[in-house]
Amino acid sequence: MVSTAVARRSSLPGFGLTMGLTLTWLSVIILIPLAGLFLKTLELSPEQFWNILTNPRTLNALKISFGLSFAAACVNLVMGTIVVWALVRYRFPGRRLFDAVVDIPFALPTAVAGVALTQLFAQKGWLGAPLAELGIKVAFTPIGIFVAMVFIGIPFVVRTVQPVLIDLDPEIEEAAASLGARRWHTVFRVILPSLAPALLTGFALAFARAVGEYGSVIFIAGNLPNVSEIAPLLIVIRLSEFRYADATAIAVIMLLASFLIILVVNRLQRWAQVRIPA
Amino acid sequence: MTIEVRNIVKKFGAFAALDHVDLKVGKGELLALLGPSGSGKTTLLRIIAGLDWPDAGEVWIDGENALGHGASERHVGFVFQHYALFRHMTVFENVAFGLRVQPRAIRKDEAAIRARVKELLDLVQLDWLANRYPSQLSGGQRQRIALARALAIEPRILLLDEPFGALDAKVRKELRQWLRSLHSEIHVTSIFVTHDQEEALEVANRVVVMDKGRIEQIGTPGEVYDHPASAFVHGFIGESIVLPVEVSGGSVRLGGRPLNIGSDGAASGASRLFIRRHDMAIGPAGTGSLEGAVRRVRSFGPIQRAEVALTGGEGKTVIEIDAPRDRELQPGEIIGLQPRRYRIFAAQD
Repeated sequence: MVSTAVARRSSLPGFGLTMGLTLTWLSVIILIPLAGLFLKTLELSPEQFWNILTNPRTLNALKISFGLSFAAACVNLVMGTIVVWALVRYRFPGRRLFDAVVDIPFALPTAVAGVALTQLFAQKGWLGAPLAELGIKVAFTPIGIFVAMVFIGIPFVVRTVQPVLIDLDPEIEEAAASLGARRWHTVFRVILPSLAPALLTGFALAFARAVGEYGSVIFIAGNLPNVSEIAPLLIVIRLSEFRYADATAIAVIMLLASFLIILVVNRLQRWAQVRIPA
Repeated sequence: MTIEVRNIVKKFGAFAALDHVDLKVGKGELLALLGPSGSGKTTLLRIIAGLDWPDAGEVWIDGENALGHGASERHVGFVFQHYALFRHMTVFENVAFGLRVQPRAIRKDEAAIRARVKELLDLVQLDWLANRYPSQLSGGQRQRIALARALAIEPRILLLDEPFGALDAKVRKELRQWLRSLHSEIHVTSIFVTHDQEEALEVANRVVVMDKGRIEQIGTPGEVYDHPASAFVHGFIGESIVLPVEVSGGSVRLGGRPLNIGSDGAASGASRLFIRRHDMAIGPAGTGSLEGAVRRVRSFGPIQRAEVALTGGEGKTVIEIDAPRDRELQPGEIIGLQPRRYRIFAAQD
């Protein structure tokens, strides 16, 4: 009798309460709205659903959204890693300022970012004018979408990788050097593989953010159907046409695609983490 | 391979980590750098390895000016206190790392690398762990892998920075003996840093005692223990009783009372008398140059350790002595004490 009473007393009380709150909260905030999305889509017959999906305008919008998001996330992965390296490893005047600047895309209202980027890259803008002379048009083209996605994605890579790089033991670099490794080898065989899980997480977050981005993109995109129209905008257009089922069908496709991509990245991360326990 | 360090100076801000240090290490030696933390021993080791650079001085490895090369060109094996294994690589890949990053011209082929790694894992007796990751190993196993990794490149010299510092007492003891027998097998010139005097005396053929960025004494374990060159060495190595004494014209006085011992050639003036705990002969009250009351006795193993309050010091001077167990001491007993062996150093030393 005594022993069962003792066994029931956990050293971490509150499991029932926190678990209940967690499930309730996640259901209300995430799961129920998503279920609503799926239910709305069920108003369509499979054939209708298929037609919406294979509609060239839908396909192009999805291609633009996912393709450019992927490209932007790749660029952010590379550039973000370089920025993190400089911020963590070197002491230079203005380092704290630059560190703070990284957060601006987080905090800035996306519409403001969109207007600012559009101004900058418009044909008479500070950057747009010289680029136009080279024959490169950024604003109101897919390149503009890409630029906006890079802008909003960079803090995700920097803020994910930064703490991990700070914690990386400088001794492993010294060990590599004493074993005869040149700097190049140390970076590519020791440092980057040690950062791999954080790099993958940063990439996934930047990618997911870019796929979901609306505010800053629609200002700079030009929004030509089939050319520079992103999937979230197409959803808004369908809604304004009162074609709710169409809108939710596109939304469901985006949801599934995003889910798949996040799942793959998660798997990769798990694979990397098994090898590098914290 | 030989190592020679000449007149090395290294400052961290105003703090002199190394203050004009000279050291010669002969071929095949196993040398211990022993000292308290902050004595500069790790800094010296890192400078030899090329992980730190001196402000002045020279480092010669095998007759070659080492300061002309960075760590990656010195061909020096380095073992870190916290192992510094590559967490994302298996044990096998960790050991193979140094072989895989060699310049293409001299890099071994895959079969030769595999054979060499296997040989090293056999040497450290951990071949069965080849496919594990470092996080799956115990501390002692990790340190042995770190050693195998350092040996893979056939280093000219092997440097170990507090190699057993992060391990528990039992594993330390095992690894100490293991390191010594490994050294007698492969004979690579080695220097290891430690703050543990027992470790230094047990493992090394020669011990370098350091304090405050200077070398206090270099000698065999027997020399530094039996003939300490300075008060610091006497106090740092082995357990010592230290008493403030006055030397004048060949006689030694403690608190004004003359002690029945010679001045050991010490100069006149305020001095300190150093006696090993076990170098105190015990007799009945009234015999010997010191007298005291036994306060507390703890017996373990072959010895009894007694706290003795010396007479004359108002009971404030309490010393600890080690006595064999054949003469049972009782708390409250008054005993006479006579130093068998002792050293006297000037007080400011």
